[in-house]
Amino acid sequence: MSIEEFISSITASANNQRGHLLQYLYEIQYQYSYISQQAIQLLAEKLSLTESHIHGVIGFYSFLHDSPRGAYDILFSDSITDHMLGSRQLLDQLCNTLGVTPATPREDGRVTVDTTSCTGICDQGPAMLVNGWTIARLDQNRIETIARLIESDTAVEQWPQEFFHVEDNIQRRDILLSDDSNNGDALRSLIEQGEDAVLEQIESSGLRGRGGAGFKTGMKWRFCKQAEADQHYVICNADEGEPGTFKDRILLNAYADKVFEGMTLCAGIIGASKGYLYLRGEYRYLRAALEQKLQQLRETGLLGNSILGKHGFDFDIEIHMGAGAYICGEESSLIESLEGKRGIPRIRPPFPVTHGYQNRPTVVNNVETFMAAALIAIHGADWFRSVGTEQSSGTKLLSISGDCEKPGIYEYPFGVSIQDILKDCVAKDTQAVQIAGAAGFTIPAAEFERCVAFEDVSSGGSFMVFNRDRDLLDMVKNFAHFFVHESCGFCTPCRVGASLMKDLVDKVHSGHAGQYDLDEMQSIGQLMRATSHCGLGTTAPNPVLDTLEKFPQIYEKHLKHSSYEPAFDLDAALQDARDITGRDDAGAHLGTES
Amino acid sequence: MSGSNTFKLDGKDIPFEDGDTIMDAALRAGEYIPHLCHNPEFPPHGSCRVCIVNANGRQISACTEPAMENIEVDNSSDEIMDQRRALLQMLFVEGNHVCPGCEKSGACQLQAVAYYVNMLSPHFTHFFPQRSVDASHADIAIDYDRCILCELCVRASRDVDHKNVFAIDGRGINSQLVINSPSGKLGDSSFAATDKAAHVCPVGAILPKHTAYDSPIGERLYDKKPISIVGDVAAHEQDEDR
Repeated sequence: MSIEEFISSITASANNQRGHLLQYLYEIQYQYSYISQQAIQLLAEKLSLTESHIHGVIGFYSFLHDSPRGAYDILFSDSITDHMLGSRQLLDQLCNTLGVTPATPREDGRVTVDTTSCTGICDQGPAMLVNGWTIARLDQNRIETIARLIESDTAVEQWPQEFFHVEDNIQRRDILLSDDSNNGDALRSLIEQGEDAVLEQIESSGLRGRGGAGFKTGMKWRFCKQAEADQHYVICNADEGEPGTFKDRILLNAYADKVFEGMTLCAGIIGASKGYLYLRGEYRYLRAALEQKLQQLRETGLLGNSILGKHGFDFDIEIHMGAGAYICGEESSLIESLEGKRGIPRIRPPFPVTHGYQNRPTVVNNVETFMAAALIAIHGADWFRSVGTEQSSGTKLLSISGDCEKPGIYEYPFGVSIQDILKDCVAKDTQAVQIAGAAGFTIPAAEFERCVAFEDVSSGGSFMVFNRDRDLLDMVKNFAHFFVHESCGFCTPCRVGASLMKDLVDKVHSGHAGQYDLDEMQSIGQLMRATSHCGLGTTAPNPVLDTLEKFPQIYEKHLKHSSYEPAFDLDAALQDARDITGRDDAGAHLGTES
Repeated sequence: MSGSNTFKLDGKDIPFEDGDTIMDAALRAGEYIPHLCHNPEFPPHGSCRVCIVNANGRQISACTEPAMENIEVDNSSDEIMDQRRALLQMLFVEGNHVCPGCEKSGACQLQAVAYYVNMLSPHFTHFFPQRSVDASHADIAIDYDRCILCELCVRASRDVDHKNVFAIDGRGINSQLVINSPSGKLGDSSFAATDKAAHVCPVGAILPKHTAYDSPIGERLYDKKPISIVGDVAAHEQDEDR
């Protein structure tokens, strides 16, 4: 098929809608390994968009490229937990074996080796993506085999199937994960009881958003229902990008029916006929099975027109792929991305419940929230309130990784203490727990009696364990680099502040910083927190500010004992002069001891 | 619609109308809130964050926040001015802003706001990015060193000129202004000196050629009075060029 035909076929399948731009680009990327200027021109003509707009969209998303990548495009997950499992050594091993420089395609165009933000396989890491497909449990043997497969030009489809196997790895089940209801029970309950009664149940259940922000789900649905418009939309946020979170991976693999049913329930209540699952690009491997699930639901009358035979209950779900942008977990960025644009967070108000997708009232909820809502419709509010705490009813799925013997998925009633969790996952000699990901909280041992709940330590689900052998500054550095990579670049404090912060953390890490630099980090962090446009910028300094307060010793041991240190290495700065003069004697160097 | 609602800005009563932001109402009342990406002719953008104020204890950008009855807005405390200064310093170190060698000096909003918030040094470590000058267009030059990503040219070209000459590419610290033309050069685009987009740049990134020192240093827009009195550079652009 020529590129013209390919582009015509993918755009025709979505009626040439501009809003699908990201989806077209995603398809082109995986067909041709990059998006050529010719492809951009063809798309621009077809969609009546400017080429610079398309370049701008490609430039925004990490998984889209307008210059060639290797035929095998390898991305090592670069989360701190991958590092702790030796991912950087494996990356070096692969680069050395293949003779490639990281991030640069090999001269023959065969392969690119690079890194990417957390791929959500933290419990089975180190992990990588090869042409978008997940490989877990990397070790030296697997890397050797992978290098051989690449050198022998073996198609990825023919690589050993066990490489692509990802376990659900559920370690503890509570009311959600022990669900044994039948498909359609929630929707039957909706039809029997009526929309108002079910919405009241959801409200009185106290269900709050599971993404981390904790907005009351029933209230969100009611606001959206009350907003008048010709269309309403339901969006499931499966852009699980917070480093250390992987619970949606399990829900979408093993409980997708219930998640889709929760979306359909919401649609029935707010009056939506169209829904989207925004699936992070890293979970490409889940997509085919999810499409199949949707088809089964249509065939069994649980999706499509006249759901369960009820006239006028029409709803369908489409899957949209993300393309490597953490910011798109923010609901208004996600909506921009769904509309085929750069994922820049919108100005709020107005909020998505009144002005969301296509400027219409839209409910955006987390995967886990939709599943919980479906079960509440079946079992009722009291059932849900019977577990958890007064302000945080129900359970929370935690994604546990790092220094523990049993990483994986743990479902706990809200209110569980951190020390109980650490006991269950068999974590020993724990120095700190990072809860809620890079944007979350660093909890020292003295606070392990604290609880996971909205009123105490609130979390979207990431729970990373660090034992006493770890240098926590490695974590801080990893997160500081993560935020530079993931800042959308829209507002000044996040765009520039994250870079300044990263440079200062690196300066401390390399042993070149003084107290002045720590004070600078404090004030830059406070500025980002106070003045950024969205939640990414306001939470990006958290790991630095939290550890400066609770773990000052991790900084102190790296400090030079002076109040001020220059931002650069004076001797290294003379290298150009040495090169020009051809000198390298002692006199051409600044003494390190002076 | 009622004109009788008011809020307090540094203790002064500011009347506002339905749909006003804090910035809209303040500007109408003749009160200055420092800003760079905001231009009253365009919908609020909220990216530079320089118009940060404290409203009832919350830090928000005045250009995007709806005005509300009886809120108390702090527009001048030391804390607010310190934050604005730090934001300005970030913009200065992010690009290459060499005021003494810039032909926009004296009529540059970035420089004028920096003076207003008492910025005396860039404070942070310079990034010294490698950026180029695009002199391919007959009448207008672009010096990317000075772009602060306010997107006013993007918005003006898209919404007023209907040409879409400008766009933003990249992400995060690698975000950059780009030109929609086959070569990426302004000269190959449909841009014209009469475009609205040629008259909205608050800094010296989009500059008319051949007029650099028509107005001598010392006689320029902000040379005699501060920006709080003179107002935005874009509001004076049209008369300056004629």
